[in-house]
Amino acid sequence: MNIASKSPILTTDADGFAGPRGPKPRRMLSRRNIIVYGTLLVVAVYYLLPLYVMIVTSLKGMPEIRLGNIFSPPLEITFEPWIKAWSSACTGLNCDGLSRGFWNSVRITVPSVILSIAIASVNGYALANWRFKGSELFFTILIVGAFIPYQVMLYPIVIILREIGLYGSLAGLVIVHSIFGMPILTLLFRNYFTSMPEELFKAARVDGAGFWGIYLRIMLPMSLPIFVVAVIIQITGIWNDFLFGVVYTRPETYPMTVQLNNIVNSVQGVKEYNVNMAATLITGLVPLIVYFVSGKLFVRGIAAGAVKG
Amino acid sequence: MSESQTRPPNRLLRNLNAKIASIPMILTAVVVFAGGTVWTVLHSFTNSKLLPRLNFVGIDQYTRLWATPRWLVSIENLLIYGVLSLVFSLVIGFVLAALLDQKIRFENTFRTILLYPYALSFIVTGLVWQWLLNPELGIQGVVRNLGWTSFSFDPLYDSSIVIYGILIAALWQGTGLVMCLMLAGLRGIDEDIWKAARVDGIPMWKTYLFIVIPMMRPVFVTTLVIIASGIVRVYDLVVAQTSGGPGIASEVPAKYVYDYMFFAQNLGQGFAASTMMLLSVVIVIVPWAYLEFGRRRRA
Amino acid sequence: MLYRSVTAVLAAAAAACAFTGVAAATDLEVTHWWTSGGEAAAVGEFAKAFDATGNHWIDGAIAGSGGTARPIMISRITGGDPMGATQFNHGRQAEELIQAGLMRDLTDIATKEKWTEIVRPKSLLDSCTVDGKIYCVPVNIHSWQWLWLSNDAFAKAGVPVPKTWDEYVAAAPALEKAGIVPLAVGGQAWQASGAFDVLLAAVGGTDAFLKVYRDKDKNFAAGPEIAKVFKAADDARKMAKNTNVQDWNQATNMVITGKAGGQIMGDWAQGEFQVAGQVAGKDYTCLPGLGINPVIATGGDAFYFPLLKDAEKAKAQEVLAQTLLDPKTQVAFNLKKGSLPVRGDVDLQAANDCMKKGLDILAKGDVIPWTDQLLSQDSQKQKEDLFSEFFAKQDMSIEDAQKRFADIIASAD
Repeated sequence: MNIASKSPILTTDADGFAGPRGPKPRRMLSRRNIIVYGTLLVVAVYYLLPLYVMIVTSLKGMPEIRLGNIFSPPLEITFEPWIKAWSSACTGLNCDGLSRGFWNSVRITVPSVILSIAIASVNGYALANWRFKGSELFFTILIVGAFIPYQVMLYPIVIILREIGLYGSLAGLVIVHSIFGMPILTLLFRNYFTSMPEELFKAARVDGAGFWGIYLRIMLPMSLPIFVVAVIIQITGIWNDFLFGVVYTRPETYPMTVQLNNIVNSVQGVKEYNVNMAATLITGLVPLIVYFVSGKLFVRGIAAGAVKG
Repeated sequence: MSESQTRPPNRLLRNLNAKIASIPMILTAVVVFAGGTVWTVLHSFTNSKLLPRLNFVGIDQYTRLWATPRWLVSIENLLIYGVLSLVFSLVIGFVLAALLDQKIRFENTFRTILLYPYALSFIVTGLVWQWLLNPELGIQGVVRNLGWTSFSFDPLYDSSIVIYGILIAALWQGTGLVMCLMLAGLRGIDEDIWKAARVDGIPMWKTYLFIVIPMMRPVFVTTLVIIASGIVRVYDLVVAQTSGGPGIASEVPAKYVYDYMFFAQNLGQGFAASTMMLLSVVIVIVPWAYLEFGRRRRA
Repeated sequence: MLYRSVTAVLAAAAAACAFTGVAAATDLEVTHWWTSGGEAAAVGEFAKAFDATGNHWIDGAIAGSGGTARPIMISRITGGDPMGATQFNHGRQAEELIQAGLMRDLTDIATKEKWTEIVRPKSLLDSCTVDGKIYCVPVNIHSWQWLWLSNDAFAKAGVPVPKTWDEYVAAAPALEKAGIVPLAVGGQAWQASGAFDVLLAAVGGTDAFLKVYRDKDKNFAAGPEIAKVFKAADDARKMAKNTNVQDWNQATNMVITGKAGGQIMGDWAQGEFQVAGQVAGKDYTCLPGLGINPVIATGGDAFYFPLLKDAEKAKAQEVLAQTLLDPKTQVAFNLKKGSLPVRGDVDLQAANDCMKKGLDILAKGDVIPWTDQLLSQDSQKQKEDLFSEFFAKQDMSIEDAQKRFADIIASAD
């Protein structure tokens, strides 16, 4: 079983991400460079502006917000809004901010990510290498399913979960996330596995390896980039989910996004924009950190999954 | 099929493990997606109110649906939003990717900046842009304070352009991913092609348009699936940004479905609306999906 | 399911530590959509009273108005994971849940506690009754028929505070000249629709209101009397043109701060004035029935109890039902909420001017049923869509709107 080392996939970049292909730059201040960097800078400003406004606003006091403009930096930096958003913002009688939702979100996200990726990677592998009668039909249904508005499925899923007795439990929500993550993830894994050299698979078959053997010993070790993509997509997707979190859980297990919505929409008197922005930032922090830390891996992985159709 | 040489003789036992491993997928496809759809379509012909019941009323729900101004506005909005966001995110995404592909410095930094909004949920995106587009405190207010008092930019409070206000936020959130996919596609193009084009003296824009883009077909397909599935489902963003207002000016079909199923407690009407959404999806997607994914790749 | 049992153990442990010796300490989850300042303060009174019985109120507030919260509550009940008790507007919102046998019949407790004698007006309990059985506990009377006016705003505009709707409309140009939005109507659809219903009951009169919504008289709805109401609604939308806020309490806040002249809103707005420390008569003025037709609609909130298997929880439900109607709780709750209590035998000396006006009208018996009781949610939603469009689109003609309104009434159920 020493096929892997012979494979070209490990010698070149697995995802074909070899570096920029455009013509080489010549002078630093050529007209072309000015256009390229100029455009990118303008675009970067447009992309960063909302984040900047969020951060600045979350550090201001309410009087300053009412008087000043949203782009000016805070005159007096205060962390009060952050503390309030995290630990004391109210929804109804519950005044414990987002802190409770944070751990709920962790408890929802971790098992959902693991289960959905485990299922989808096996699906993709079966679809790429072990096609059987009807497998493409199921896959087509799955892809069409990606387009079904979630609202349409809410009711049938309530019935299904009720019938298997998982409604309102954490396990039920994990299953729902796995179901709705399946189409896109299966597509990614299937594309990735299809793009792996056919010889690899054939040689393993000749050596007598079976379905699970090939999956565990060859496919898994070689598909790190696509797993990274899947993990990132799922973490951000599930962490950011609102609809399922609100419909399929109960108040004590509400994820952070639901609490964010509750806090933002529970206007008590004046809208506290600074607390709202702080709450928004805190909620977005986890997926943002995942992105900033794994940025390069994500780009590589997405290339691997998407390009080799 | 190249697998045919190693195929065991018994067809039923063949791939048994693969079949077992695919049970979750089959269940999801058949029970949840197909079953849920059939169930929904069936109930769209009933007068179900708060609870699903099988009292058939023919096509009454559909007649009412197409006579409802709000549904018509929703469809129109979805068309405008869908076409524009498809075109803009593909064009902007591709142009940005091409710019990043020019062997520039700080590529990683730029890429991170363009991609980070994708990590934020639609709820967050909607809230931020609602705040930026707030006429008193946001962009309009700031420009007016600078002295340009007649400056007017309040898309969220103007019925005729509110859908573009939503589009701005949607593009901010989504183009980064498209850019990323396109960049990956560009990196997958063989260096030799560029060399050959340069030797032949073909201008760069022509190389992109006539050689590179056609070669990137698979990337465009994947991107299209991802963008399009997001468009049909657009809901959270509208809710967070405008709640469909002013009036009903920024309503979208998914919101109609949700509102009538749950707020109005008229499941039949909501199911009829969702069936219409499904129908349009099916007409566009199924033939294409079957061609794209259903054909045998390793022939 | 491991997670659940762990929480159960933890909860049991916590309960054991907290209430050593108290045998009947049961947690009961109560869902509601009371999340604004005044509302949260009011529901706190219920929680306090219930906790005092040795049980524990688990607060399940869902923000974003009843429209957001109800679907979640209904999914929970139909999905087989019911809460201990839940708020609805009494009337027809829970009709089908009751017919499906998912809600608990409270008739026994009602007879024991003599609800039929203490609850007033009687029509309240009627809207809790299905097939002769009582399914909900009304906790307050909320009437929509109020016009809230900012005394400051009118002083600034140099016009006296109006006493009727017509005077108010006449004062609008002066308010506008002073840079004040004459009428605040928030962007949420139900606000526009509710404002129209108030105009209908005031400008059109009680009979017109009942003819349209109770008898569903299509021709009348298309006729000249209702055209008059649409004319008034047209005035209202012109006055509300520059509101630019979404939530009702933000609109109320415009009145509190004098940025808007007034607001047509239910008496729950009173809670906001109170939280802001404003005094009725001094800082703001209230006109029941827009100063034309002082009636009170007996809409309001009620608690429904899903049928539970757990015997202890079922018992806690009974305790909660009694607590909600307890005279002391009723007073404390309604003072904070700005609504009227459902029993006539409580002492409301602490009530302010506006509440007293409401109590007087109630005592005179000038009550009408509200749209929650008369129309299905479906018809309500269609009405909301129509009026939110009407208020947002200044160029939509009155005739078009009235024709569409008549169509909705024709198909209403």
